[in-house]
Formats: sequence, structure tokens, C-alpha cells
Amino acid sequence: MYNLWFNRVHIKGAIKPKICIVGAGPAGFYAAQHLSKKLEKSEIDILEKLPVPFGLVRFGVAPDHPEVKNVINTFTKTAQHPNVKYYGNISFGKDVFLQDLQRFYHVVLLTYGAEEYRKLNIPGEEFHNVIPARKIVGWYNGVPTDKDLNLNLDGERMIIFGQGNVAIDVARILLSPIDQLKKTDITEYALEKISQSKVKKIYLVGRRGPLQAAYTIKELREMLKLKGCQTIWRNEDFSALTSEILGTLARPKKRITELMISSLQQETKLQPELNFFSPIFFRSPLEILGEQKAEKVILGVNRLVGNDILTQKAQLTDKTEDLECDSIVTSIGYKGVQVDPSVPFDNQQGIVKNTDGKISTGLYTTGWLGTGPVGVILTTMSNAFSVAERIVKDINVDNLLESNKKGYGGVQEIVNKNNIPVVNWQDWEKIDKHEVDKGKIIGKPREKLVTIKDMLEVANS
Amino acid sequence: MAFNILRTGHRIGKILNVKSAIHSTQRVLTVGQPVLNKKEVEVTFVKANGDRLKAKGKVGDSLLDVVINSNLDLDGFGACEGTLTCSTCHLICSQETYDSLPNKPSEEELDMLDLAYELTDTSRLGCQIILTEDMDGLTVKVPATINDARS
Ligand SMILES: Cc1cc2nc3c(=O)[nH]c(=O)nc-3n(C[C@H](O)[C@H](O)[C@H](O)COP(=O)(O)OP(=O)(O)OC[C@H]3O[C@@H](n4cnc5c(N)ncnc54)[C@H](O)[C@@H]3O)c2cc1C
Ligand code: FES
Repeated sequence: MYNLWFNRVHIKGAIKPKICIVGAGPAGFYAAQHLSKKLEKSEIDILEKLPVPFGLVRFGVAPDHPEVKNVINTFTKTAQHPNVKYYGNISFGKDVFLQDLQRFYHVVLLTYGAEEYRKLNIPGEEFHNVIPARKIVGWYNGVPTDKDLNLNLDGERMIIFGQGNVAIDVARILLSPIDQLKKTDITEYALEKISQSKVKKIYLVGRRGPLQAAYTIKELREMLKLKGCQTIWRNEDFSALTSEILGTLARPKKRITELMISSLQQETKLQPELNFFSPIFFRSPLEILGEQKAEKVILGVNRLVGNDILTQKAQLTDKTEDLECDSIVTSIGYKGVQVDPSVPFDNQQGIVKNTDGKISTGLYTTGWLGTGPVGVILTTMSNAFSVAERIVKDINVDNLLESNKKGYGGVQEIVNKNNIPVVNWQDWEKIDKHEVDKGKIIGKPREKLVTIKDMLEVANS
Repeated sequence: MAFNILRTGHRIGKILNVKSAIHSTQRVLTVGQPVLNKKEVEVTFVKANGDRLKAKGKVGDSLLDVVINSNLDLDGFGACEGTLTCSTCHLICSQETYDSLPNKPSEEELDMLDLAYELTDTSRLGCQIILTEDMDGLTVKVPATINDARS
């Protein structure tokens, strides 16, 4: 009797948890790291839409910030863990669907990020010289679908709407001395075009005030120290910031606000030979005007309402102001995409509906898809670890290992039937080596392949 | 920025050294000779769950080096490999320890600390604390968010 019972438990315990992670960005890799560490026996498969891994670490993080990309070393170790497998060039919602994955795996974890950008939704946004920051980032970083972006850098004045780190990244890349970019892994075509760029003045326009600006202090300091570039603030934007208010701020907010104020106070006079970077606060774009292209923006003047000074909201007054420009970049945030209609989705927020990472039994999300596009890699890491920990606990609590499952075998049947060439980790290593070798010839850490076709060719070589 | 780049180069060099140091230590051990002449100091890392991890480091190592060389179980620690771009090496000192550390945090270190969870007035980044002989017995706290997932 005892033996029989023991055996049953034993058999049940012998079922290996099979976990599918969808999306090979930081969220996917950090979750895989934690799961492979906590579950002694497991099969953890990471499916990725593109042939190449690392998500925004490869395609978002600015080329002149190579240190940030050191996380790739840890991701690589995770990918080489015996229980972790990488399968690139499989698109969720197109090649495989949620139903399939739930049939093949005990746990499905969606980490496919937030790829859509938010629009201003104002008249004139359709002009060809109004471009989402996300596409510019994709263009200089070699995203296959952005490589042909028709970016016109022939005019001097650019307005960027949005005051986050992505907005600053774009401004910095466009205003940096070209010699500083040459040694990075920026795509060669972007380098070429930026070296001919006439962009000299960039306005960084935000709806709210200095206290609500989303950029972080490191990125701001970098801008203030940028060679050949002057940062110009508008005095009146800081008039409400009394030393009394400063005294109430927590250290991080206080330090960044003090940095802005000290830069404002240091300001010398305009030097026309220098590039010019100018944050403008309390303005909302109302309409973009021009003949064939955007030439001018009507900005509504905002005031802030609400009791808590850090979370005050912008409210339009009836005053407006014109700002002339040669091009416009929008950088007001991202949102996730549903991709597969059976994924419970909050279209308003652009995230998968979830409670602390759990969508439903055996189905989870983490990273920007679950939290929204906020924070840095540290934020994503911390969230991924906590959702992974929850999965480990739920495997027992929710009885997720009732029956054996096919795992990747099931996915393989589908991709084989549809002749989808899958890129595994060894294939990626070939692509990686190819890119690094190509970069060496021209003195760069890497020259990226920018078409899926080229990536697959090298993978198959 | 120039400062940062310099620093980065320095750190990368350091990490490479660390690897070769591991090798030479292993080699030395097999021959049974005394390990390198640099003095060793002991550091204790206290995890949020109370676990105390003791490790030895050489004078001149950073606390990040100590964590890596001793393979301490601190998930996600040192994501940017000591290049001052991540704040995953956040450590909390007692006031007394904080005051006794020979190098005060640089502006760049404070900038990264400002992004850390559970920031305190006695927080430091482990990759920026370089061991000296006086630091033997150093005890630092590792904030919860990094090694124990929040739930
Ligand atoms: C421009 C930019 C610059 C940034 N710079 C920094 C920085 O310097 N430092 C920092 O700490 N943080 C930075 N961040 C933030 C950081 O990139 C994010 O915190 C992090 O990448 C979020 O990770 P994720 O895995 O959720 O999403 P992602 O990194 O977006 O990963 C999602 C992955 O899923 C894949 N995918 C998408 N759709 C599908 C599908 N249908 N099927 C299968 N796979 C799919 C994608 O190809 C991608 O590989 C930056 C972000 C941006 C946008
Ligand atoms: S390891 Fe990244 S800041 Fe210290």
C-alpha cells in the first residue's frame, strides 16, 4: 500500500516542468535565469520573433552606451544552461498561438515587450517629417523593419516631444560629435547619414514641469557635458521652484532638480557655433502646421493642478505659443500589442491584463508587456525575478504538472510543417561572430546584420 | 563623460585581471605554495532574509569582485560588470561603516544610486568600494529587491 502511494507521488514528481517564455529580451532572460536556478529539472524554452536575441538591449540601448549591454554576458550564460533553449525566428501570434503553447507547456510566460509607440493624435502628425523616436532608435540600431526609414536631417531645428531617456538618447545621438559615434556599434548607414546631418538645435518639449521630467540624472548630466553642445533652459520654467520646495524633495528628485537649476544658473551667452539643446516645459502640442511638411507647431501653455507637487497634472490654459521647426520627433511612450486575440489585453494601457504577473492558471507575463514601458533594465530584472519566483511556487500550489506535455516537440511539428527556419543558440553565435568580425575591419565593436535574410543566411552557413 | 570612459576601461581591465587571478590561484594551490602576497580581508554580506555570506577579498578588489570571485549567491548583482551603469550592486552600510570608507561616492555613483530600490543615506555601489587593509571584517547589507524577489 505504502509503496504504491509512494510510487504515485514519485511518478507525479517525475514530470518535468516545461516552460515556454515568449520574447528574448531582458524580461525573458532574467526569468529564465531564475527558473533554471530554482527548478532542478525543467525544460525552459525561449521563443523569439527575430532570429537574434536580447530585445531592446540590442535594438534600444544607445550605441554610445556599450556598458549597459554588458548584461548580454549574463544572458548568454543563461542561454547556455543545459535546461534552457533558445529558438529564434518564431513569431508568437503568427507562427504559434497561445492555444498551441498552452497545450505543449505547463507554464507559458509572455515577455514580448511593448513595441507600439504612442501618437500625439493632433492634426499635422501625418507629415513625412514627423517621426516616432522609436523608429529613429530602430534605424540607428539596425531593426530590420526600420532600416529603410526615410529620415531627413537637412534642417537645423528639431522638436522632440517627450522628456524621457529615449528622447534624450535621440537628441544626444544626433548632436554628438561624429567621432564619438564612429567607435560604437551604430549601423554604418546611420553613421553616414548623421555625419551629413544639419540638425543643430533640438528642443525637448514636455507637458509638465522640471519636477515631472522623466529623464534620469545620468542621461541629463551626459547631455550637459556633451562636447560642442550648449544646454539652454528657460528661466521662467523654474520660477515656482523655491528653496522651500526643494527642501521637501527626496534625494534623487532633489539632486536632479538641483542639477537643472545649477546648469540654468551657469548659463553663459549663446554661442552660435555650438549645437543647442533646449528643454522646454509646460507646453502641449495642439497642431502641426506647414505646406508640404511640418514647419511650425502651435503649443498650448499648461499650468499644473493637483496637491502633490510630484504628480501634478497638466491643464491647458487659453494661451498658446508658436515654435518653428524643420522636423519633429515624437517620444511620448510605448505600449504593448495584443498579437494573439486570446491574450487578455488592456488596450487602454497597452499591457496584458495581469495581477502581479499572473494572467490565469499557468499563464504569466513580465517585463514591459506586463508592467508597461517603465523603468530601466534593473526594474525589468526585479520584476522578472519576482514573477519567476511566483511561477516556482504556483507549480505546486496550482498543480500545474498534472500530465506530461510535449514541450518544444509540439512547436517543432508546427514550424516544420510551415517550413519556418528556426535559429538556435549555436546559430546565433555564428551571427554574433560574423557581426563582430565585420565590425573589426572598420574599427567598431560590431557591425550588425540588418535584414532577416542575411541573419538566416549566416545562421545556416 | 571622459571620467566615465576612463573608469570603464579601468573596470574592464580589472575584471580580466580577476579571471587571471583565479587561474593563478588555482595553479598556485596545486603546487601548494602560499597564495599571492596581497593581503586578504574578510567581508560579510547580509541578505535581506538574514543569511550571512562571508567571503574573502584581496586589497584592491572591489566588493563586486569579491561577490564574483567567491561566487556568492546574489542574483542579478553586478549586471553592468562594474561600469557604473546599472545600480544592481547596491549595498547598504551602517552609518559607522559608511563614514569609515576611504573613498566618498562620486557624482556618477550617486547618480546611479538614485535609481536603486530602497535607497538610504548610507547606500553605496559595491563596484565602487575598493578594499583596503583596514576593511577587514567589513559588513554590508544587500537590499531585498535584488536577491529575493518581491511578491
Ligand atoms: C530606446 C530605449 C533605450 C533604452 N535604454 C536603456 C538603458 O540605457 N539602460 C537601461 O537600463 N534600460 C534602457 N531601456 C529600457 C530597457 O530596454 C527595458 O527595461 C527592457 O528592455 C524591457 O525588457 P522586456 O524584455 O520587457 O522587453 P524587450 O527588450 O522589448 O524584449 C521583448 C522581446 O520580445 C520579442 N518579441 C516581440 N514580439 C514578439 C512576438 N510576437 N513573438 C515572439 N517574440 C516577440 C522582441 O523581439 C524582443 O526580443 C531602454 C529602452 C528603450 C526603448
Ligand atoms: S555593477 Fe553596475 S553599477 Fe555597479
